[in-house]
Amino acid sequence: MRFLFKTDYEQDIRLFKHGGQRFWYGLLALLLLAAPYLAGEYLMSQLQFICIYSIVGLGLMLLVGFTGQISLGHAAFLAIGAYAEALLQARGVPFLVSLPAAALLSAAFGWVVGLPALRLKGIYLAIATLAFNVIIEEVITRWEGLTNGNSGLHLKPIELAGLKLDGDASFYYLCLGLTGLAVLALLNLLRSPTGRAFVAIRDSEISASCMGVNLATYKTMSFALSAALTGVAGALYAHKVTFISPEQFTLLQSIELVTIVILGGVGFVHGAILGAAFLIVLPQLISLAKDYLPADVGGTGLQAVVFGLVLVAFIIFEPLGLYGRWLKIRIWLELFPFYRRGMFRRQKSYMKSERLR
Amino acid sequence: MLLAGVAQGCVYALVALGFVLIYKATETVNFAQGDLMMLGGFFALTASALMGWPYWATILFAVAAMAVVGMLIERLVLRPVLGQPAFTVVMITIGVGYVLRGAVTMVPGWGSDTYTFATPFADATFKLGEVIFAVQQVAVIVMTAALVAVLYVFFRFSKLGVAMQATSQNQLAAAYMGIPVRRVNMMIWGLSAGVAAFAGILLAPVTFVHSNMGFIGLKAFPAAVVGGFGSVPGAIVGGLIIGVVEAFSGRYLPEGFKDVAAYVVVLAVLLVKPSGIFGETARKKV
Repeated sequence: MRFLFKTDYEQDIRLFKHGGQRFWYGLLALLLLAAPYLAGEYLMSQLQFICIYSIVGLGLMLLVGFTGQISLGHAAFLAIGAYAEALLQARGVPFLVSLPAAALLSAAFGWVVGLPALRLKGIYLAIATLAFNVIIEEVITRWEGLTNGNSGLHLKPIELAGLKLDGDASFYYLCLGLTGLAVLALLNLLRSPTGRAFVAIRDSEISASCMGVNLATYKTMSFALSAALTGVAGALYAHKVTFISPEQFTLLQSIELVTIVILGGVGFVHGAILGAAFLIVLPQLISLAKDYLPADVGGTGLQAVVFGLVLVAFIIFEPLGLYGRWLKIRIWLELFPFYRRGMFRRQKSYMKSERLR
Repeated sequence: MLLAGVAQGCVYALVALGFVLIYKATETVNFAQGDLMMLGGFFALTASALMGWPYWATILFAVAAMAVVGMLIERLVLRPVLGQPAFTVVMITIGVGYVLRGAVTMVPGWGSDTYTFATPFADATFKLGEVIFAVQQVAVIVMTAALVAVLYVFFRFSKLGVAMQATSQNQLAAAYMGIPVRRVNMMIWGLSAGVAAFAGILLAPVTFVHSNMGFIGLKAFPAAVVGGFGSVPGAIVGGLIIGVVEAFSGRYLPEGFKDVAAYVVVLAVLLVKPSGIFGETARKKV
């Protein structure tokens, strides 16, 4: 059990709160850096996917977990990032330019989607973003002159400063580096006034606006930043799968992306990464389990059923997600024989009406 | 053409009605509504194709079975998360939708195949003056109208219907008046699932029965929003609007617009009048 004595305001906003954190995160970083030498080809590929989905998760966490806005349209931002990258690369734009361009384009769309967020709340916003997703998907399918429609686009390996990043390891380092940057950026953002404003909006829009937070600016900014992160992830995703077509960016994909946030734990930066890892590992576990199940059950539906059950079970039994579970375990260990069962119990909550009358 | 649009719109309207019923009562948006419809379609299929029941018995069976399913879902899944943020509840219904969609493919005899659903009025047409009507479409419209009438009578005159109205207007007050709010909420889920089953049966001849037919629920969403999410007549009108717009844009606009027409309409409505055509506008008091 560690007691932190705060003697300085600076301590509140430090990235690492104490030496223990520095040690463990340092170890994690070392492990991740050494991964190409330890892990096989297949595992590397999974790690790359986890990095890419983590970036999306971070973007969504910013929007859903910290600003409290709903989006069921993030696959569209992923698509915009992916297609921007693919098209720019095909026109010979170097990666160092095309990646920020993909992020910027995505952010611009995010800003546009954020505009209705000023007037729409809750479910209406979800539907507006849902509509946005469907429309973008359809536009990509139909605009064959630009996007090649359903036949999709192929991508070549990234060339960075004369180096071809076609190996597993080099691409992994790129993904890892960008994920690390994204995490740092998000952490820094959250301890800045902007991040505080986001959290204030999440907790109560009215109080936030009374405290001088400009709702319009910050909501659209949150959408734009979230979309930018997703756009970066989209560009990486496009390079990872090397072939993109509209059916990779459907509404179902959007929903899966949101589940990253829910499964990981809404409102925790760790949650985005844990959720992404879980989302990548789950299908592997399912395909492992398939061998032991009868043919009828082990069909295409199994994945949907398990996925749905996991989602439902998490929301009912562990609303704080994977990271919340970890927190509980850690506190149990720290407090060992004194952990009380009610420590994390939600206060008895009643139906909170969002209706105004 | 208009008729086809209206018939399609009726199905949207029924699914949207399911959304609205649940939303009004419990402030939950049920993303699994389309999948409930799909399940209803499969129940009907089982009754008519495997057991050879007549059409009306099929309808009764599917609606009753789905009502039970709906109540079970409310009791097992929704009630434990009562009082959590709306978004959480939305995600849980999405999870339920996944489970239903996957589970259907596992049931022996259903699977992931596509089935045709036989109706007494398959391809028949009749002439009225110069215009040719497809009996199928007229039947859909008539049956929808009949269902809406039945629902109206139910809500207006039956004790349970009035209790449901009271619950959806103000839960606390309803509880004080001695209405068992939880049980009524369960009933509303049952009712909504039953309506979904009905919609599934009406839709079955058009789209056939398969495990992904529930995605039509995503089209009914715009319908519910266009009409105003908390309004029952709004759901019907919204459904009809979406159906007709879709039919016309499929005819007069380039290919591809048909699929997005509903969403374009909903974005336009949301921008102009965020609470829908029939929605109440109210401001929050601080």
